[in-house]
Amino acid sequence: MANVDISWQIGGPQGSGVETAANIFSRVCARAGYQVFGKREFYSNIKGEHSYFTVRVSDKKIHSNVNDVTVMVAFDAETIFRHADELVSGGAIIYDSDIENIETKDVHTLDAYFRSRLHKYLDTKKKNYTVSGLLDLIKENGVNLYPVSFRGILDGLAKDTNNPKLKGMIRMFNVLGVSISLGLLHMSSKQLFESIELIFGKKQKIAEINKQLANYAYNYATAKFPNFKHSLAEISKQSDTILIQGHQGTAFGKMICGCRFQAYYPITPASDESVFLESHEILEINEDRPGSTVVIQTEDEISAIGMTIGSALTGTRSSTSTSGPGFSLMSESLGWAGINEVPVVITLYQRSGPSTGLPTRHGQEDLMFAINAGHGEFPKIVYASGDIEESFYDTSKCFNFSDIFQVPVIHMMDKFLASSVVTCKRLDPTKLKIERGKLLDKIDTNDYKRFAHTEDGISPRSKLGLENGIFWNTGDESDEFGHITEDPVVRLQMMDKRLSRFSQILKDIPKEDQVVSSGTQEYTIVSWGSTKGPILDAIDMLKKENINVGFLQIKLLYPFPTDLVKSFLKNVKTIIDIEANATGQLGLLLKQNLGREIDHHVLKYTGRAMTCTEIYDSIKKILANKEQKKVILTHGA
Amino acid sequence: MVLKLSDYKTEVHNDWCPGCGDFGIVNAIQMALAEMNIPKHKAAIFSGIGCSGKTSHFINTYGVHTLHGRVLTFAQGAKIANPEMTIVAAGGDGDGLGIGAGHFVAAGRRNVDLTYIIFDNGVYGLTKGQASPTLKLGEKTKSLPTPNTNYNVNPIGLAVASGFTFVARGYSYDVRHLKDLIIAAINHKGLAFLDVLQPCPTYNDINTRDWYAGTEPTDDSAIQTHARLYKLEDTGYDPVVHYSEEAELNEKLSQALIKSLEWGDKIPLGIFYKNEIITEYGRRLADKIPNYLENPPVMQKISSNGKPITDISKLLDSLQV
Repeated sequence: MANVDISWQIGGPQGSGVETAANIFSRVCARAGYQVFGKREFYSNIKGEHSYFTVRVSDKKIHSNVNDVTVMVAFDAETIFRHADELVSGGAIIYDSDIENIETKDVHTLDAYFRSRLHKYLDTKKKNYTVSGLLDLIKENGVNLYPVSFRGILDGLAKDTNNPKLKGMIRMFNVLGVSISLGLLHMSSKQLFESIELIFGKKQKIAEINKQLANYAYNYATAKFPNFKHSLAEISKQSDTILIQGHQGTAFGKMICGCRFQAYYPITPASDESVFLESHEILEINEDRPGSTVVIQTEDEISAIGMTIGSALTGTRSSTSTSGPGFSLMSESLGWAGINEVPVVITLYQRSGPSTGLPTRHGQEDLMFAINAGHGEFPKIVYASGDIEESFYDTSKCFNFSDIFQVPVIHMMDKFLASSVVTCKRLDPTKLKIERGKLLDKIDTNDYKRFAHTEDGISPRSKLGLENGIFWNTGDESDEFGHITEDPVVRLQMMDKRLSRFSQILKDIPKEDQVVSSGTQEYTIVSWGSTKGPILDAIDMLKKENINVGFLQIKLLYPFPTDLVKSFLKNVKTIIDIEANATGQLGLLLKQNLGREIDHHVLKYTGRAMTCTEIYDSIKKILANKEQKKVILTHGA
Repeated sequence: MVLKLSDYKTEVHNDWCPGCGDFGIVNAIQMALAEMNIPKHKAAIFSGIGCSGKTSHFINTYGVHTLHGRVLTFAQGAKIANPEMTIVAAGGDGDGLGIGAGHFVAAGRRNVDLTYIIFDNGVYGLTKGQASPTLKLGEKTKSLPTPNTNYNVNPIGLAVASGFTFVARGYSYDVRHLKDLIIAAINHKGLAFLDVLQPCPTYNDINTRDWYAGTEPTDDSAIQTHARLYKLEDTGYDPVVHYSEEAELNEKLSQALIKSLEWGDKIPLGIFYKNEIITEYGRRLADKIPNYLENPPVMQKISSNGKPITDISKLLDSLQV
């Protein structure tokens, strides 16, 4: 059968149920056997500003979004103004026919910058500044228009069910939009009803009304729009597939690996993880009484990391989760954890900076900051996950690294990952190990020294409450007991002891956990973190044209695996660095550590995540014009 | 095993200035631990930064010398993870009421069962005597170039307003009384705050030992000297909230606030406010995690033969498509 690759988008004011609609759509497609990649974009706002969700559906494994939209649902004018031109020829827009005459000036959330760009564009196309103007334009481009009176449907349903209350329930426009989409795409209605049941499960009455509406709207679409060329018929489902949200990978990782304390201060896009942990704070433990994750909402991020360190000193696996602004506040305590060799994990969900930046938008701008955070010199690990599935396994590894090397670990995540919803293979906890390094459970002698010099530079670790294990900690330089010293000889010994951790880390972390190579080629992409998805998809697209491009995903970023990366890159002629920042921070690291210039940069810092289409286009551009040093990506509203 | 006072002392050289009020506080903490016979490994002293920050190194229990202003954050994290520990946090008034004031207020709301002692001397000693949050407006201690331009914080009042459930004041040269207050604070179920007046002999030439004793030299021989410090318990003052009634609670809070404003000729010591009706944080956690107190984070088994034992299969089932 032909490949299915459809991109569905729904937009609307924040708080209007865009997310629920996307959730239903994603679930229906996943249950029908498809792979799903969804991503949410939203303003820093509670209600009213424009948000949208793009869900890509395919019958093969996908890792990112594309530029083109196949089917769009718009129950407000703003969605059309902002996104209509993303629709592909042969695609479809389902929109509320009541909004056709709305002018750009009527939409107060349409900011002046965008409005003036849109007007200029419409001027060149000689169209009105109205919804109709844009609809005319996309119709000329080959997009199918499906006007539906959303209120009319509610009226019809109200009449059919003899329930006049339904007339005014515009809150259900979201379910209406999804149902019409699925009718248009010839999806089985069974999946739609079951998914609604699942999502509204606990609120039986609401589920029932939504199912009635879904049924009505779905039948309306199949009767009225039977001939849309794209189709999502049920296909055979791969076993053990889950539909997972961005923040759940690290949260599940924390539950499984025994993190029992998390302190956090609310911040986008990190707090979803903490809220999820707290919502499931009581844990089932095999053959033991229930366990729990104690989640503490603190007064600020300074307190969050302070509490995390305090808890870690008791031998409890402990972590905090934050974003750039919060991490900035944590950097002093990070150094304290460093000098006192306290294992803590900081999950850093990056967003666009500097300062508050674009608080709800994506960025990979904190790599250099994470590496350099904290004054003075001390060992730490900076480790980046490339996708949600990886983040589950990596979370567990980060805790192991932290315990084994007795260092703080900064686990790099980002907003792109956090607000994605994807299908992946069911997470498999049996693949994981729990390694606690030199943490002691019992001390029999009375000569314990927390910072005792040992052959490998790592001291056996006691914990608060352990008999015979008394130690002192201090942010000052200290001796083996942990008491303050300013002695130059002890200082040297202690610095060397701590910093010897760097070579230990590079030696002991398995190579496949440091760098993941999908094969190197004459042209090879280097990158880190969430760009992995769109890069893998772009490489697939290029392969279809017999263009082979290599890819190195660097996961261990600090200490930098210089020799390993060097060995991978030794036969590579041209390095293409791809990152969601403006300065090419990984590129700088490569230059600094390998002494090698980056040949081409592909960078994006609009706050919107990369699509595979953009990367594909940029690689083609680079191949066609080798002089092109830098490609800046801009797709996305 | 009965532990002696000497068991709680370390051999670390103490480099505080001769005559420093800090000595009395360390002694009082050690005496309290000995009198309560708390096993050394079951106690931890957390400290902030500055002269008082060194406290943890002089006491032979777990000792965690943290960062400026952050001592309460570390201490609360440790106590929540391991509720069996007896935790005493210590720091200066600049540490707790200046740079750490946000944590001070937030800790009050949480009411974690630990004791926080502020070494209150009105100056930043280790950085050579700048004005600290408890120095009065217009006062000019020895090394200030000009008089203090800030109004002072009222530590007792702030603690009461922030929700601390045990609020008391001690004096570093009345070690026995201070020891008794520390024992009462440790025994209190909830967050206890002790404001300890602690003359800095090097930089605070206003609130000196003589000044507190009322025997400071004065040009005016007509002024009759008398001890400024008195004990609330000697006046029949009842700091305890006995009933779960709003009227009584408000009365006890107001009384503590009013007492906290006394300064100058008459300075109260002792317990200003005590409320064990308000639940401490561990109990609040146990309300939502029923076995938290028997199975807190530190007790939990997380692996067996190096493999995880947490079962998330039900959660994963709910994501299964």
